Amino acid sequence: MNTYTTQTGSTLRGARSTGISPVQRLKMVAISLLALLCLTLSSTLWASTEASDAENRVKGNFAGAGYWREVSDGTEGYTTSKGREHGKLINVSGETWRDWRNRWVSPGGLYAIGGSLGLLTLVYLLIGPLKLDKPRTGKVVERWKRFDRTMHWFVAITFLILGFSGFLIMYGKHFVPDLFGYTFWKNLIAFCKLAHNYIGPIFSLGLIVMLISWMKHNFFNKVDLKWFLQGGGIIGNKHPSAGFLNGGEKGWYWLLFFGGLTVVGSGLVLDFPIFGQLRDTMQWANLIHGVSSLLLLAASFGHIYIGTIGSEGALEGMKTGYVDETWAKQHHDLWYEEVKDQAVDEKEVR
Amino acid sequence: MAKMKFLCDSERCIECNGCVTACKNANETEWGIQRRRVVTLDDGEPTETSISVACMHCTDAPCMAVCPTDCFYQTDDGIVLHDKDLCIGCGYCLFACPFGAPQFPTEGAFGERGKMDKCTFCAGGPEEDPIVEKEKYGANRIKEGKLPLCAEMCSTKALLAGDAQVVSDIFRERVVYRGHKDGAWSSLEGGAATPGQMSQEEMAARAEAFATDATFASNTKGDIIAKA
Repeated sequence: MNTYTTQTGSTLRGARSTGISPVQRLKMVAISLLALLCLTLSSTLWASTEASDAENRVKGNFAGAGYWREVSDGTEGYTTSKGREHGKLINVSGETWRDWRNRWVSPGGLYAIGGSLGLLTLVYLLIGPLKLDKPRTGKVVERWKRFDRTMHWFVAITFLILGFSGFLIMYGKHFVPDLFGYTFWKNLIAFCKLAHNYIGPIFSLGLIVMLISWMKHNFFNKVDLKWFLQGGGIIGNKHPSAGFLNGGEKGWYWLLFFGGLTVVGSGLVLDFPIFGQLRDTMQWANLIHGVSSLLLLAASFGHIYIGTIGSEGALEGMKTGYVDETWAKQHHDLWYEEVKDQAVDEKEVR
Repeated sequence: MAKMKFLCDSERCIECNGCVTACKNANETEWGIQRRRVVTLDDGEPTETSISVACMHCTDAPCMAVCPTDCFYQTDDGIVLHDKDLCIGCGYCLFACPFGAPQFPTEGAFGERGKMDKCTFCAGGPEEDPIVEKEKYGANRIKEGKLPLCAEMCSTKALLAGDAQVVSDIFRERVVYRGHKDGAWSSLEGGAATPGQMSQEEMAARAEAFATDATFASNTKGDIIAKA
């Protein structure tokens, strides 16, 4: 005991008289950092590697490994706060969510959107818009009824508003404030959030009605298989046969069916935080919502391209409801055979 | 430059909720908003431990990293503050925060969240007019040269607030005075040192050696027990 005391004493005196070496200083910094870390953060390292050892050593002196294990397991304690999940000291999954969102979903979405836009630009520049192969006949057939068109544009417009506001919620902070200033950004992002929250459920209704009423057209058949084998006309020089909807259109339908319903479901979880859903649920919903909506957004560019500048005569169908016979014969020959006797003169319907 | 941090000494916290009351009083937060809370695990067991928790003003703050509007900013003192004018109430900061600090008042239509509210380290917020600042963000005691009221009023001085270096010095000194084996950190040099084995002088000497702040050098041995 005595020897020990003397030893320690002399060591300490020695250290003080000669000053503190850089190594010791480093050690002190390390120790102080460790002190902060131990009390403020749940340390999984602490819990796993030295668990039993450390637990015995510090028992009764301050919160030991057993305590931190409980904290990092998300055990609820007692608190007077009535805030949701306030009994939990540490939000265990928060950092994982942050990592997934910021490191994967956010850049991944940019790659998807950028890739889609880049690919379409390449297609436009290298292949160019698909022209009608024969002159127009001046006779048209009805393709989309008024109800179909209303649904389409209702869903399309709400989709674009949601896509735009969602994009800004995800990426806006990286460029809008720098380009347009604080006040503009403040108002824009507030509007985006409101638009996203209120138009979301309206979009959901439109999407569901549209999916239900168009489902009958969208079951795949052998014709579609051939359509896909020919790459929708890219492989070989003959335009593949198609019924009322071709394979690509059906593919877009089913993407909207599964992707769209996923976006809608996860979005509603986030939109109405009044049903007792906890942080974990909302973290998952957020990730699922982000991934599926960004993929849908990227895919929608393809649909928009083909429907507008990508293929001559396609937009007319959704605008007026009628398409020219030439277009119908070229793109949907099997369907045209069914309805060609209903063709009317263009002047009668416009 | 100082880095402001909170530290709650779990060995001292007696779950009196004084910090909670002090916070509520200093900041006059809205109904339903409690910026600070005390969490007790193993309530009633021998291992019962309480810790007071609020925003910990993280150096790498997750809320800042995920906020879609970039409404968070860090002061030169390392205090994490946010701009309520920019906040859109999306709740992302709450999903990311390790401590459950962000809270959202008054549910709007369909449960829409209001502007986020959290501990400001009693440093107010981005508002020129002090009256507006007080109403919107709560007290700005830092501007007056004071520390957060929760820590100032802590009856057992379990909750410490201030420059990280000073706070950790105080805590480390306590740990050494408590004198348990290895002083909780196994990297300490020297052999076994449990309360029964070490004299008060020795504890003082050890604490002095490990306290990097010069003010601790003037401690007399009479304070030793009080410090633990």
